[in-house]
Amino acid sequence: MKARVRLFARLADLAGTRETEVELGEGLSAADAFRLLCQRFPELADHSDSVMYAVNAEYVNSDHSLRDGDELALIPPVSGGDRAV
Amino acid sequence: MLFEVTADPLHPQPLIDHVRKDESGAVAVFLGVVRDNSRGRRVLHLEYDAYPEMATSVMRGIAEDAMERWPLTDVAIQHRTGRLEIGETSLLIAVSSSHRAEAFAACHHLVDRFKESVPIWKKEVWEGGEVWIEGGPVGRD
Repeated sequence: MKARVRLFARLADLAGTRETEVELGEGLSAADAFRLLCQRFPELADHSDSVMYAVNAEYVNSDHSLRDGDELALIPPVSGGDRAV
Repeated sequence: MLFEVTADPLHPQPLIDHVRKDESGAVAVFLGVVRDNSRGRRVLHLEYDAYPEMATSVMRGIAEDAMERWPLTDVAIQHRTGRLEIGETSLLIAVSSSHRAEAFAACHHLVDRFKESVPIWKKEVWEGGEVWIEGGPVGRD
């Protein structure tokens, strides 16, 4: 089982890619997938507290279970907290 | 309703024409434009990254919420991606309603919600450096 992973903005720069795949074990969650990706892209690990997850283009909790063929997106904070914009 | 993420330049008039209905008495339009300074630094240009499929669906969600909250006749939102120069338009929001108060209120609300929740990111580029601008963790809709 595999999930497609999409990365954006700072996370894409850190990983040096915008798209990859993770092999899924039984009941693997979005956060589990992120931990696996951190082994491959250690620069991502500093961002585990701020990353949000989307599966198939909808926000999900970090404990959301992934299924074969899912698209997992790693969503860094959007610039919205920046009230000066 | 119209929701779009595009690398092409944004122009307000087509969006105004899109949301204006014969029963509309007011159209409120917001333009987010690229300014030449941020946190005391001179900005050379911006780069926007987006998750387009999700961005348009989050835009639709916040627009539908606004349509439930105010008696609007239509809403349209566009955001540009890629490299934008000083003065160019990055975000366009157009809201139509029978009367101006609802159009102003909904437009203001939509700009705030957009910046909190739509998966689009801004990188500021200045002489000798660049940084992705990140707010707090993304709010959930």
